[in-house]
Amino acid sequence: MLKDSDRIFTNIYGWADAGLKGAKKRGDWSDTEKLLKLGHDEIVERMKASGLRGRGGAGFPTGLKWSFMPKEVRGRPHYLVVNADESEPGTCKDRDIIRNEPHKLLEGCVVAGFAMRAHVAYIYIRGEFVNEARRLQAAIDEAYDAGLLGKDASKSGWDFDIYLHRGAGAYICGEETALLESLEGKKGQPRLKPPFPAGVGLYGCPTTVNNVESIAVAPTILRRGADWFASLGKENNSGTKLFCISGHVNKPCNVEEEMGVPLRDLLEKHAGGVRGGWDNLLAVIPGGSSTPLMPRAVCDDITMDFDALREAGTGLGTAGIIVMDRSTDIVKAIARLSYFYKHESCGQCTPCREGTGWMWRMMERLVRGEAEPYEIDTLEQLTRQIEGHTICALGDAAAWPIQGLIKHFRPEIERRIAARHSVDAVNAAE
Amino acid sequence: MNIDARIAKDQPDNFIFSAENEKEVNRIVAKYPKGRQASAVMPLLDLAQRQHHNWIPMKAIELIAKTLDMAEIRVLEVATFYTMFNLKPVGTYFLQACTTTPCWLRGSDEIMRCVKDRYGIVSGETSNCGRFSLLEVECLGACVNAPIIQVNDDFYEDLDYATTAVLLDSLESDEPLPVGSVSGRSGSEATGGATSLAKLKPKQSGAPNA
Repeated sequence: MLKDSDRIFTNIYGWADAGLKGAKKRGDWSDTEKLLKLGHDEIVERMKASGLRGRGGAGFPTGLKWSFMPKEVRGRPHYLVVNADESEPGTCKDRDIIRNEPHKLLEGCVVAGFAMRAHVAYIYIRGEFVNEARRLQAAIDEAYDAGLLGKDASKSGWDFDIYLHRGAGAYICGEETALLESLEGKKGQPRLKPPFPAGVGLYGCPTTVNNVESIAVAPTILRRGADWFASLGKENNSGTKLFCISGHVNKPCNVEEEMGVPLRDLLEKHAGGVRGGWDNLLAVIPGGSSTPLMPRAVCDDITMDFDALREAGTGLGTAGIIVMDRSTDIVKAIARLSYFYKHESCGQCTPCREGTGWMWRMMERLVRGEAEPYEIDTLEQLTRQIEGHTICALGDAAAWPIQGLIKHFRPEIERRIAARHSVDAVNAAE
Repeated sequence: MNIDARIAKDQPDNFIFSAENEKEVNRIVAKYPKGRQASAVMPLLDLAQRQHHNWIPMKAIELIAKTLDMAEIRVLEVATFYTMFNLKPVGTYFLQACTTTPCWLRGSDEIMRCVKDRYGIVSGETSNCGRFSLLEVECLGACVNAPIIQVNDDFYEDLDYATTAVLLDSLESDEPLPVGSVSGRSGSEATGGATSLAKLKPKQSGAPNA
């Protein structure tokens, strides 16, 4: 189990003061100007060396992403945009960073913004997080008053401003280009890539969009050293990670653990175990709603990291772990996710706009067994027609949970259809 | 949903920002580069909604369009795209119950049932007394504290049928429960004691940041 001394977020539960005084006690803002003295490119190199992979779901190396920004500022300003539009079902880690460790995020903005030669950061926070946004704005105000932000931020010679922008309830704005559209005052509909945001992003300027957790861990990584971060976790999956454990465990919780921790350890040591014991486990969705579920057999010895989960046909995603015990109506659990994606489709691409509705309606019929057995394959084919055929990954995200269900729980779907048919036959005979 | 069904039929004749909010408008617009004032459309819609009993009249849309030099249809488009903008009245207490899978697994159906038992309303409806509106919403992002109900700005967490009833009692008497978990958790730590950072936990009870 990860030692407390290796944990980055030491106030993740909000037990101590989240304000500047408390944050300074935890080491935040202690020598920001020294970190910036490393220079733009050295910071990026060290982030690369740490092996940090983006914590928002895709797992793209953070340092590499920063290196895509132009090395010179030519006419168009550079922007850092922080994606705090946390809305992936099963995920609630950024909320805790924002309300309990806001200064880690703000200091991270200064460091990351400086590394990519930006003078301005926008933090886009989901609209429902009203109290969290208030807390974050209070932290921003405090940091300005203390000279940590603004002109000559933290006495580094670098001007840096941070602005908070609240969303208004659209999951799709967690997609980086939809977020940029929304920030520009439009409907949050994703843009075609290329051009990528590093070339043409916010207001047509070079922009990097990073998840809250990716930015918030940066100062600690630079302080304690890339080697320290890389020594934790597994090769190519280094460091620590906030895991959100929800659903049918005895004690749902958020916890920071080492990457590559065995799922079973995570659930049993931190979340009080599966309700009714490990043998009562039916399936786990390991990384937020869009990652395909894993049946119990896979859960026995899977480790929680990008590569192991990808090999198992699913993904680490946001590390939002949704646990389902044997009492779960698994078809309904996935059908509810299908409804979610139908509700959140932005309506831009036909395969997603129409397809998410079709998939949800078929799923609802499968919940009740009102289908023919061949329709399971029809649904599977439909998911393949949506996956990869849309501008953004929402179409994929809607398709994967259903594919996972069909792959691992086909007999259960068939059983329901057979049961419904026999009921119908009895009714017809009467 | 049909656009007409989302917009109130009875509309006020006028809408202006209060003097205080006028200042806030200027402060918000200043966050964005010159010429990019359209970025302020969502914050201004939110401001209008907060000023106007939690819903946005069409006159406010016109005003915001004028203020930001946008076409009215662009502002309306934004107002209808994002689910948090109400274009028709809602009750004093706007109950938004999350029923997405993580909340559903922990019993969000019971919360919906509790509200229905008490006010006879389902998602999208307002109670006869006009004080309570219920809306089934998608993931609120507090899944380890599921199930959750958002009352106006505030999250109430770790609910079940009985505690939802207690919450509704408190709202009826206009003395809302303290925001957060109703089970006594200060945040997202495991119930009964966190398995990490325990040494850092202050001895006194109660969250310093509440």
